[in-house]
Amino acid sequence: MTARATERNDAPVVLDATDRALVNALQGGFPLCDEPYRAVGEGLGLSGDEVLERLRRLLDRKVLTRFGPMYQIERIGGAFVLAALKVPEADYERIAGLVNALPEVAHNYRREHALNMWFVLATETPQGIPAAIGKIEAATGLPVFAFPKEREYFVEMKLEA
Amino acid sequence: MDEIDRRLVVATQGGLPLVPRPYHALADVLGIPAAEVRARLAAMLDAGAIRRIGAVPNHYALGYRFNGMTVWDVDDARVDAMGEKIGALPFVTHCYRRPRHLPDWPYNLFAMVHCKSREDADRLVEEIAALLGPACRARDVLYSSRILKKTGLRIAG
Repeated sequence: MTARATERNDAPVVLDATDRALVNALQGGFPLCDEPYRAVGEGLGLSGDEVLERLRRLLDRKVLTRFGPMYQIERIGGAFVLAALKVPEADYERIAGLVNALPEVAHNYRREHALNMWFVLATETPQGIPAAIGKIEAATGLPVFAFPKEREYFVEMKLEA
Repeated sequence: MDEIDRRLVVATQGGLPLVPRPYHALADVLGIPAAEVRARLAAMLDAGAIRRIGAVPNHYALGYRFNGMTVWDVDDARVDAMGEKIGALPFVTHCYRRPRHLPDWPYNLFAMVHCKSREDADRLVEEIAALLGPACRARDVLYSSRILKKTGLRIAG
């Protein structure tokens, strides 16, 4: 991989022990009570305001990419599909810009393979997926390889801080 | 999902309000009582429409620099039994069966692993390979080298 592809916006961040405990606590179930940040803080020896202040800083520093409900869009009538492109290296930045411009692209990663751009389409209806694929193929002139899930065996995205 | 649920999704897909009483803040936006906001979120959690309410970490910022999409060409007759086994490994965060695209792509089983070193990642890949044994005909590991976008779901408001 070239130097350009190192994670320019994603260098490891130094976290103190309290930040680590908070990141770990916030990956569990968040309480549905009147003052949930205060409730989370009680287990960590923090006030609700301290939890909020640290949470804002973790989001600002991009240690966390988001905080809130993680929707399983298929259960609310929509669709998620993993898809990939074989992008010519010389045109990579331009194609990334075209793909990322679509609101249906929820996330997008460069991966080291002939199929070197992998993204997830999230649409409000199942029909939105072929429409989004059509838009990407028209904009980029490249065929989209779609990898709809046929079976889900396990999903639980938690990383210990 | 009714119209109020839909508005609740739109109001929270970017994140939960960072104020001491976030459900009250959402209640003000939606014009419903805070107790109803909580009840609707609880119902969506029960129904699996919300996997969980919480933080999505940036792998790289936490030091997980080796995020590998391991992919395997597994005998169709055995892939579901194997998928359940691989998905149950403590270090696998996502495990799916997906279609092959021959001849470019012979793989039908996908399992994500996240590691702080290449050595750890290689060891986990070998652990999966050992479990698959002769049921697996070919394999690859695609490491992510850059996050190009990571916003999550965005439906129109």
